[in-house]
Amino acid sequence: MLSRTAENLYWLARYVERAEYLARTIDATLRVTALPAAYIGKTNEWDSALLTAGVSASFYEAYQEANEQNVVEYLAFSPSNPSSIKNCIEAARLNSRSVRTALTSEMWDTINSAWIELQEVWGKGTSSREELAKFLRFVQETSLRFDGSAYRTMLRNDAYWFSRLGLHLERADNTARILDVKYHVLLPEEEHVGGPLDYYQWTSILRSVSALTAYHWVYRETLKPWLIADLLILNDTLPRSLASCYSNLVRNLDQIGVAYGRQGASQRHARGVRNRLEHSHMDDIFQHGVHEFIQEFIADNARLGEIITKQYLI
Amino acid sequence: MAVAFDEMNGPGGDLRPAYQELSRWLKETPPDALEYRRQEAELLFRRIGITFAVYGDAEAQERLIPFDVIPRIMSAKEWTLLEKGLKQRVRALNMFLRDIYHGRDILRANIIPDDLIFQNPVFRPEMNGQDVPHDVYVHIAGIDIVRVDADNFIVLEDNARTPSGVSYMLENREIMMRLFPDLFARHRVAPVEKYPDELLSALRSVAPLSASAEPVVALMTPGVYNSAYYEHSFLADKLGIELVEGRDLIVKNDEVFMRTTEGLKRVDVIYRRVDDDFLDPLTFRPDSALGVPGLMSAYAAGNVTLANAVGTGIADDKAVYSYMPDIVKFYLGEEPILKNVPTWRCREPKDLAYVLDNLGDLVVKEVHGSGGYGMLIGPAATKATIEAFRDKLKREPEGFIAQPTLALSTCPTCTASGLAPRHVDLRPFVLTGRDHVTIVPGGLTRVALKEGSLVVNSSQGGGTKDTWILDE
Repeated sequence: MLSRTAENLYWLARYVERAEYLARTIDATLRVTALPAAYIGKTNEWDSALLTAGVSASFYEAYQEANEQNVVEYLAFSPSNPSSIKNCIEAARLNSRSVRTALTSEMWDTINSAWIELQEVWGKGTSSREELAKFLRFVQETSLRFDGSAYRTMLRNDAYWFSRLGLHLERADNTARILDVKYHVLLPEEEHVGGPLDYYQWTSILRSVSALTAYHWVYRETLKPWLIADLLILNDTLPRSLASCYSNLVRNLDQIGVAYGRQGASQRHARGVRNRLEHSHMDDIFQHGVHEFIQEFIADNARLGEIITKQYLI
Repeated sequence: MAVAFDEMNGPGGDLRPAYQELSRWLKETPPDALEYRRQEAELLFRRIGITFAVYGDAEAQERLIPFDVIPRIMSAKEWTLLEKGLKQRVRALNMFLRDIYHGRDILRANIIPDDLIFQNPVFRPEMNGQDVPHDVYVHIAGIDIVRVDADNFIVLEDNARTPSGVSYMLENREIMMRLFPDLFARHRVAPVEKYPDELLSALRSVAPLSASAEPVVALMTPGVYNSAYYEHSFLADKLGIELVEGRDLIVKNDEVFMRTTEGLKRVDVIYRRVDDDFLDPLTFRPDSALGVPGLMSAYAAGNVTLANAVGTGIADDKAVYSYMPDIVKFYLGEEPILKNVPTWRCREPKDLAYVLDNLGDLVVKEVHGSGGYGMLIGPAATKATIEAFRDKLKREPEGFIAQPTLALSTCPTCTASGLAPRHVDLRPFVLTGRDHVTIVPGGLTRVALKEGSLVVNSSQGGGTKDTWILDE
């Protein structure tokens, strides 16, 4: 297939995944900030939402204060934030238009309808919490529908595999970022772990990666930071864990390699990262430092993106 | 201006045979049911994403072309005549182009003045003496046809460069079949769905000799911001070929390749929807980022076929158009089946004088214009517009031609105040391959939705209709 087509499919999936992640982040932050101050401590949750989205610096160029109104506006609707939800959906549609021929009509319909709804219903943003909740649900449902229609309607060929690569690469990045920020915020007060304050913080992390229920099923325990880290980093039964993302990345890259009769740098690199995850234990990660581990992972993940681009997309 | 010929209710208000069943059906169908279907059709178009862009209109970058649900119907007999005329005309166009870029018999016979060709900006000296596979220049032609009475088809324009609109012909039919299955059951409508297959086989048949047994065809688009981008992606999809942009192509050793995830892959035939000027920055506009450096050199080496060929603009120049009846006679020795609109060439002083004296009654067009941009419709224009146009004409007379205002035929059309006659034209699409010329029965009917308006172009508020050719 055309390199540009593969590139568009890859970015299309990334944008949709990112839009969903941002919606989840806002949603989780809203829940935490709705609690009385005694439960959430002194940290500014909106600040940490900006950090997990990786847009803190650009936000403060445009705004003075990280409060609900400003951050929601910036993350969800701002035209000047290149990765706001609005811009993600715009970019997803533009990419879809460029690869109309590689999309199934169900996928196109999902993106196109979302784009139309974005203009017609959400053109002016939201004016109440209720509307905001509706908007966030709309974004998440769009992503689910897109993912589902890709899964159910696409031929299992390189078009599908490149689209999956975009999705898992973006997802791995998002999970890593939220873990990193939250650990940074929360762990200095390690002695309080398990107190009511952290409990809600941890809940919000899990919620933002839709893993709260999963946690209880897997561990049958109260929330413990190292178990949460274990779940999000190493447990490959959880679809948003780093381990699961890398199983998928390796599998899809292998399929491309087999179809094209040639392996390359991206296959090797992805396998390297996956092997590291497979052979890691939480104890070692804690000893090594969670922050360092995740930072390294984020860099490795970004590197995979570059290698895939070089090998296939240009 | 004479009263327009109505295709449903002919002169004297007699229902014409092709419309009998439709007329009966319309009487049985309550108006609100029709309105409901109309809304449904619009919803379908929007969801499929069939839009077009209007240049210079920032508010509505993507717009729907209004679709009118009342079909335009022609009998098999009418179509047979039209088809014959179209084939004749396109054969002549191809022979004319071959001649202009080779022996130039028609110039030596003094049928067309030399300077009209050589001074013409759309004449491409790069094509002098260059052979194209099987002498086909215009693989895809869109011939704009109008009617003024029951017996005559008149060619308004020949589009021999990159005619668009065929996706609407195909989608209009799809949507009509979804919305009005009962109406189809009562007619025998010739299908149009073979068009993509016929286009692909025409394109393959003109692959260069150096191509493999399975020539690779690609459709080249200027990109998503082009007004016809929807059509480009639609056609690539229907043909099952790659939709490429200039940046996807690269020329090596005079061969064209596309960049794929598995490396470079040779392309043999390019159905290009990019104008000549933007094909190759080395040959044409150096500032163009849309093209492929070296493409013209691969073309000259005979390693790639461009459809349509480079330089076909000289055949749809509106001043050359005025010579079409002579062109048909010269190459084919036949009387032209399709008529021309009488045309004054403003480059000729006698004609210019007449045009300047009668601006209020004439339609004046730019010789290289398309899409209804930059034309004057005398009877509908204000005095100030006419005067401004007069200055333009005097400054650059060779840039314009003028024609009488035709009373285009009308068809019943849904309007805010019920069914009413609106002016229509027809663009059939004529395909030329190695051995034969084919036309799927029908084409794109465009309708001027404003009462009395004669401008059917989508960029000027025109709509479209499904076009039915009835099988006997």
